Amino acid sequence: MTIESADENIQLVIPDGWTTPPYNFSTNNLTNAGFILGRKLFYEKKLSADNSIACASCHQQQFAFSNQTHSVSAGVNGILGTRNAPALSNLVWQTNFMWNGGVNHIEVVPLSPITNHFEMNETLSNVINKLQNDLEYPALFEKAFGTTTVTSQLMLKAMAQFTGMLVSSNSKYDLYSRGETTLTESETNGLNLFSQKCSSCHPAPLFTNLEYMNFGLDSIFTDAGRAGITGLAADFGLFKVPSLRNVALSYPYMHDGRFATLVDVLEHYSRGIVHSSTLSSELNSVTPLSHSEKQDIISFLYTLTDNTFITDDRFKNPN
Amino acid sequence: MKNLLLFFLISTLFISSCKKDAPVNLHPTGSVVFKFNNMVGDSALVLNNAKSYVNANNDTFTVQVFKYYISNVKFTKSDGTVFSEKESYHLIDAGDANRTQCTIANVPYGNYTSVSFMIGVDSARNCSGAQTGDLDPALGMFWMWDTGYIFAELVGTSPQDTATGLNHLFTYAIIGFKGQYNAIKSVGLNFFNDTVKVSPTTIPQINLKTDVSEWFKTPVNISIAAVPSTDLPNQTTLNFANNYADMFTIQSIRN
Repeated sequence: MTIESADENIQLVIPDGWTTPPYNFSTNNLTNAGFILGRKLFYEKKLSADNSIACASCHQQQFAFSNQTHSVSAGVNGILGTRNAPALSNLVWQTNFMWNGGVNHIEVVPLSPITNHFEMNETLSNVINKLQNDLEYPALFEKAFGTTTVTSQLMLKAMAQFTGMLVSSNSKYDLYSRGETTLTESETNGLNLFSQKCSSCHPAPLFTNLEYMNFGLDSIFTDAGRAGITGLAADFGLFKVPSLRNVALSYPYMHDGRFATLVDVLEHYSRGIVHSSTLSSELNSVTPLSHSEKQDIISFLYTLTDNTFITDDRFKNPN
Repeated sequence: MKNLLLFFLISTLFISSCKKDAPVNLHPTGSVVFKFNNMVGDSALVLNNAKSYVNANNDTFTVQVFKYYISNVKFTKSDGTVFSEKESYHLIDAGDANRTQCTIANVPYGNYTSVSFMIGVDSARNCSGAQTGDLDPALGMFWMWDTGYIFAELVGTSPQDTATGLNHLFTYAIIGFKGQYNAIKSVGLNFFNDTVKVSPTTIPQINLKTDVSEWFKTPVNISIAAVPSTDLPNQTTLNFANNYADMFTIQSIRN
C-alpha cells in the first residue's frame, strides 16, 4: 500500500524506549497530503535560484540523506560551501539544527539552505512565486491545507511533515537491542569499546548528546562554529556532535568533510587530537586505539546502518 | 438630554437588531488605527538619497530602509481594564505606503487612557517555527541562519562610514531575544488629557511620530564611523535598542 492510496494518515511512531520528541506535530497536523507535498518539495529543484538543486541533491536517501560526492556542499553554479551536508534522521528529537546550531526549529531549517549564497541562493519570495505559478503545486497545497494560496508557512510546515517523519530505528543495533538478533564477536567488542570511549558524546538511541564540542581538529579556527551564533570565546571551534546513525553511509566526515573514511576518523581520535583552549575535556587525554580495536569499533558502527530507512518507499523521489 | 438621546439610540439599535433576528453581540468591539509618521528630528523621513540628515554625533546620513515590528499591543482604560490584541504583530515599513499604519481590531468599546507595545517580536515567536502574516519570513525581517526576527532595521549611507567601501552603506539589523543581549523593548504611551474613544461611530486614529534620530543618542551616543554595521545579538545591537526605545511620541489623537 502506497501512501497515496492509504486510507489512514501516516503517524509518527516513537520507538520503544525513546523519549517523546520535542516536535510532535501538535502544531502541524500530519496528513498524507501534507507529507506528500513536503516530499515533493524536498525533491524540488525550483527551490534553488537556477532550478538546478533540490534539498535531495545533497541529502540523498541511499546515503541516509547525506551525499558521498562532496566534502563540502556544492551550491548553484557549482560553487562550494564551507560545510559538509549532514545525514538526516530523527530530526524531531532535535531542537537546534546545523553544525553551529543556528536554526532553532525544524520548520524553519529549509530557509537557510534556500537563501544561502553557497547553496540554493534563492529568495523565499521567488520560491513562493515559482510554486504558486506551477501547474501542480496549488492543487497539492489545497489537498494538504485547504487552500491553493502558497505561503512560506504552509510550504515549511509541509516540508517538516516529510523531514520529521525521517525516523531511523531499525538498524542491526536496534534489532539487537530489541533481542531480535545477535551481534558478531567483533561487533560485540566494538559495542563495548564504543560504550567506554565514544558513548559519552554519542549516547544511544540518537547516538549524539546534541551538544557542541571542539573535536580537536584545529588550533586555528577557520570556521568559528558555535561561536558564530553565540559570540562566546568559549565556543570557538565547537560544532554540533553529529548522530552516528547510518554513519557508515555518510562519509566524508566532520563539519568540513576532511576525513574520507571511518578509519581516518578513529585515527584522529586515537592519535590526531589537536589541543586548543576550547578542546572538549573528553579529548584531553585519549588512549591510542590498537588496529583491532579500531576494526571492532568500525564493525559496531556498521550495525548502525538502517537498510529499511534508506530503502523506505515513502521517502523516495516521487518524480 | 444627552442621556435620553443615548437611550434612544441604543433602543433603536436593539430594536433593529431584533427585527433582523441577528445574534446579540454582548461584547461590542471597534478598531483603533495607528498612523506612524516616520521622521528624523523635525523633518519628515524621505527615503533614499533625496534628503540627508545629521545625527547627534554630527554624522551626515541618508536612509534607504527603515522598518520595525510593533507587537503585543495593549490599551488600558481609566479603570485599569486592559485590552490585549491577539496575534499582535505589525510590521511598519517607511518604504511601503501600505505599512505606515496598522489597525488594531476587536477593541471593546470604551475610553482608553494609555497604550503599550513592544518593539520587536517576543521570544516565544522567535522559537515557534514557520509563521505567517506580518511574521512571514518572506517579508525579509527574519534571520535565516541564526533563527530570529529582525526587530528593527535601519539602512542608509553616510560619508562618515569609511569601513564599508565606496557605497558607504551602513546596516543596522537589531536582533536578539534571549539572555543579556535581549533587545526586545517595551513602550508605554500615556494619552494624558486625551482619550481614545472606541465606539460604534468612531474609529480613533493615533498619530505617532517615529524618530530615527533617537537610534544614535541617549543613553549611548553612537557614531556611524565607529559602528558601520551590526547584525548579531551583542552590546552594540543592544545599545541601538536602548536608544530607540523612546523613538515614539504621540502627535495627536483623532476620535
